[in-house]
Amino acid sequence: MTAIAERLEGKRICIVAGSGGVGKTTASAALALGLAAAGRRVAVVTIDPARRLADALGLEELGNEPHLVDPAVAATHGIEMHGELWAMMLDPKATFDGLIARLAPDERTREDVLSNRIYVHLSAAIAGSHEFSAVAKLYELDRDGDYDAIVLDTPPSRNALDFLDAPDRLTDFFEGRALKLFLVPTGIAARVMGAGTGVVFSILKRLTGVDLLADVSVLFRAMGGLIDGFRERAAAVKALLADPATTFLIVASPEREPVAEAIFFRRKLREARMPFGGLIVNRATVLGEEERSHPAAIRAGLRDALGDALAAKVAQSVGDAQLLAARSAEAIERLKAELGDPDPIVVPRLDGEVQDVNGLLVLYRHLSGA
Amino acid sequence: MSALLERRLIVVTGKGGVGKTTVAAALGLVAARAGKRTIVAEVARRGDVASAFDREGSRPFEEVRLAPNLFHISIDPQDALEEYLRDQLPSGAVAELLIRSRIFAMVAAATPGMRELLTVGKLWELAQLDRRTPGADAYDLVVVDAPATGHGVAVLSAPRTFAAAAGGGPVARQGRIIDAMLSDPAQVAVVAVARAEELAVAETGALRASLRARMGLPLERVVANALDPDRFSPHEATLLAPHAAHPAVARALRAHRRALRQRAQLARLRRLTCQAPAHLPLHPGGPQLQRLADELGPQL
Repeated sequence: MTAIAERLEGKRICIVAGSGGVGKTTASAALALGLAAAGRRVAVVTIDPARRLADALGLEELGNEPHLVDPAVAATHGIEMHGELWAMMLDPKATFDGLIARLAPDERTREDVLSNRIYVHLSAAIAGSHEFSAVAKLYELDRDGDYDAIVLDTPPSRNALDFLDAPDRLTDFFEGRALKLFLVPTGIAARVMGAGTGVVFSILKRLTGVDLLADVSVLFRAMGGLIDGFRERAAAVKALLADPATTFLIVASPEREPVAEAIFFRRKLREARMPFGGLIVNRATVLGEEERSHPAAIRAGLRDALGDALAAKVAQSVGDAQLLAARSAEAIERLKAELGDPDPIVVPRLDGEVQDVNGLLVLYRHLSGA
Repeated sequence: MSALLERRLIVVTGKGGVGKTTVAAALGLVAARAGKRTIVAEVARRGDVASAFDREGSRPFEEVRLAPNLFHISIDPQDALEEYLRDQLPSGAVAELLIRSRIFAMVAAATPGMRELLTVGKLWELAQLDRRTPGADAYDLVVVDAPATGHGVAVLSAPRTFAAAAGGGPVARQGRIIDAMLSDPAQVAVVAVARAEELAVAETGALRASLRARMGLPLERVVANALDPDRFSPHEATLLAPHAAHPAVARALRAHRRALRQRAQLARLRRLTCQAPAHLPLHPGGPQLQRLADELGPQL
């Protein structure tokens, strides 16, 4: 297998993608720890890590800015930090509000947008899906130039597209092309809309009891001043995702949904011409040569030492592992073919959950092929 | 028959990757076998339930028969919006005009809580004995394959949030009707799927708290999914220990340690949720729906 260090050679940004529950967060943290130990100055942006892992990295507060993980933490586990590990837990709403505040030309516009009813809902929805905030944060950290490498854990998205399209969808919305058309209908829009704005809003108001016209016009008037900044930012974020120094790692576990999601995501990366850095198959069951004998033979072989009943149970246990291993092998073959990575990194299902620095080290050793 | 299956609506939720879709499908199968005309509704997905039954993904919003008494639908907010407009507006032409207008959809989508409200509105419609969809047959039970934990509660509480924000108008009125059903424990039950792992257990505990706080609903049932078999007694483990150099014994001991860790997490899950969860074993060869339904049924 091609170890992780080789795959990240010359890369400044590593985005770790995959479906929910496959171990993206731990893989991101392990990767960052490994890179930092090897001498790089690394920032890892995590999304909703397990409590104990967050504690282990000193992430008890939602700071939204990376902070240095105490090198002493690593030292107590016998690793010498040649570089620096900075870690943060993403606060999506704060990231998004911060972006608005930065782009707003003046105080008044800022307040108008941040307190607008539609903005509040919209930003909560955008923040709730985490996608845009994650890439926005990535862009900021990269632009600040404080790090040699940034590892981004991606949100547990149902749809990989949400992540890749986030910059586009947001500009579309904030450019308000659609809305301008709507407020001042011309051409086809005028014909389709007939009487125009008034009708639509009055139907909406009649149905929902919410009068949105005032909110919508205030928001879009205020957003007018931000649109150029937004467009530039979205274009820059998009360029960053496609940059040769950026790479996407796809994590999958050998189960139906994660495999399907990985294949889907790889296809979307191809379509969007974004760089694919490799596949990590996590929690695979891999058997040694001696565990591949028929369970009946294992039972017979252990009968003298353990007695028949216990030998039978051991054989059952190995039989289960053989079934799991067959499924893993099948998933790996399918992923290899579909993703176009002939040599993926396969991490076996580890003893215990990865939730402390020790666990991250074990995981990193597997990722680096040691 | 279990009181759970006497409800009109069962919402199945849980952290990503715990097997929520499989358990929702198995639960639907249990109900269907018990003679309930059941529909499994997945929310904003790509046909995962259908593929759990080895079917191709169905067209969105189509009620597809998967097995005797068992149906499936995939609910998309946009489809729900269209259906709602056709149902509510006196003139079909006005409804079509609004549906074709992307701008309308966008503004509707930006209306606080609208997407969730539309989704939950369709779930409510499916659960009515006298359905609003022309020519549609009634279901005895709707099983919802809900979005991941946090979002699941947001969907359930959408009508309440909306009714409170809007004040007047038909949507607010309908929101209150829907909310009355959703917050009625006699009609609605929430089932959480978890694995015996740190994060999944923590999320299940948090779900129970937020369900109570936001909906006044209990967490009706917890299903611990994909459990490794707990094969060896402590005595047997000590008998195995001296032979740990043998690869097969080493494999068995690792499985034993994993089962012990899971047992500890199950105890934590019991403490956090104040109930004994249903146990579903890991199927080493891949989840088998009929078998899962066999295993789940007697525990409900």
